[in-house]
Amino acid sequence: MKTPEEVYNILKEKFGEDVILSYDDSQPVEPVISVDPLKIHEVGKFLRDDENLLFDSLMVLSGVDDFNGKKVKDEEGNLKEEGRTLSVYYNLHSMKLNHKVLVRVSTPIEDPKVESVEHVWRTADWHEREAYDMYGIIFLNHHDLRRILMPDDWGERYPLRKDYEDPEYYNGMKVPY
Amino acid sequence: MGLLDKEFTDSNIIITKSEDLLNWARLSSLWQLTFGLACCAIEMMATSASHYDFDRFGVIPRPSPRQADVIIVSGTVTLKMASRIKRLYEQMPDPKYVISMGSCSNSGGPYWQYGYHVLKGVDRIIPVDVYVPGCPPRPEALLEGLLKLQEKIRHEKLAKQTA
Repeated sequence: MKTPEEVYNILKEKFGEDVILSYDDSQPVEPVISVDPLKIHEVGKFLRDDENLLFDSLMVLSGVDDFNGKKVKDEEGNLKEEGRTLSVYYNLHSMKLNHKVLVRVSTPIEDPKVESVEHVWRTADWHEREAYDMYGIIFLNHHDLRRILMPDDWGERYPLRKDYEDPEYYNGMKVPY
Repeated sequence: MGLLDKEFTDSNIIITKSEDLLNWARLSSLWQLTFGLACCAIEMMATSASHYDFDRFGVIPRPSPRQADVIIVSGTVTLKMASRIKRLYEQMPDPKYVISMGSCSNSGGPYWQYGYHVLKGVDRIIPVDVYVPGCPPRPEALLEGLLKLQEKIRHEKLAKQTA
């Protein structure tokens, strides 16, 4: 059984600080390990297979809109948002060693790309489709990345983003109350 | 003012208006196309079960729109489901009726503001005859809604009204 801090140290030793970005235990519930979004599949495979970790179960994968953008003025004086990120949280559990860890990746909202962990934990397939459906996070190397809940003709709209606004009409039906 | 008020006491003859006869026949055997979408469906099923016994009003659940007279939309109508409801309604033979059961189907219910996926009232796509309020409505409320619909059918006119 390992504490999250021990898991972090094992990961940092294996992958280095370029991949394992930070360890944050100021969160109210669980400490968070931040990982490079384009390396998460390798980190995930290690977490699953290393004999001291054996995280065989991805309990849940969730998308989050951090809504942490700063309003800045560009050269022409127009307000625009900078630095806003979307995150994916991976709640992992080891059935064999009975320990848990929370891993996070963050990616800029303009080009939200995260490596898929579908090939590491099979569960991730539909979870990633949901995160894509609700937040527009692109999971690279996912075998079937399409909407799972919203209709296929919903368009480029991601309803759980904080700045989402209802369209006036969808297929001829008025949407707002 | 129903059909049976004019029954003769002795022989097997009933004198009535064809309008009353047709209306009576229609309202006495409303086969429902069940459209259970959420928790309201549980109440609708309870209404069909032995305790409340929808069948005593001639209501039998049908799985096919071709055999149905009334569609009971019970639950949250999502935008994705709305086009299916409209299609099924169009497949029902005339005369056809719609009961909208519960707050969601009436007006969007608790999803009226932030329900990005919810149609704010099924009357935006199909014409509703009776609205049953509640979240979800008790079986008694659905029965009351059905009686209201029967009352509506009882006073229908065959001829087109011109005035």
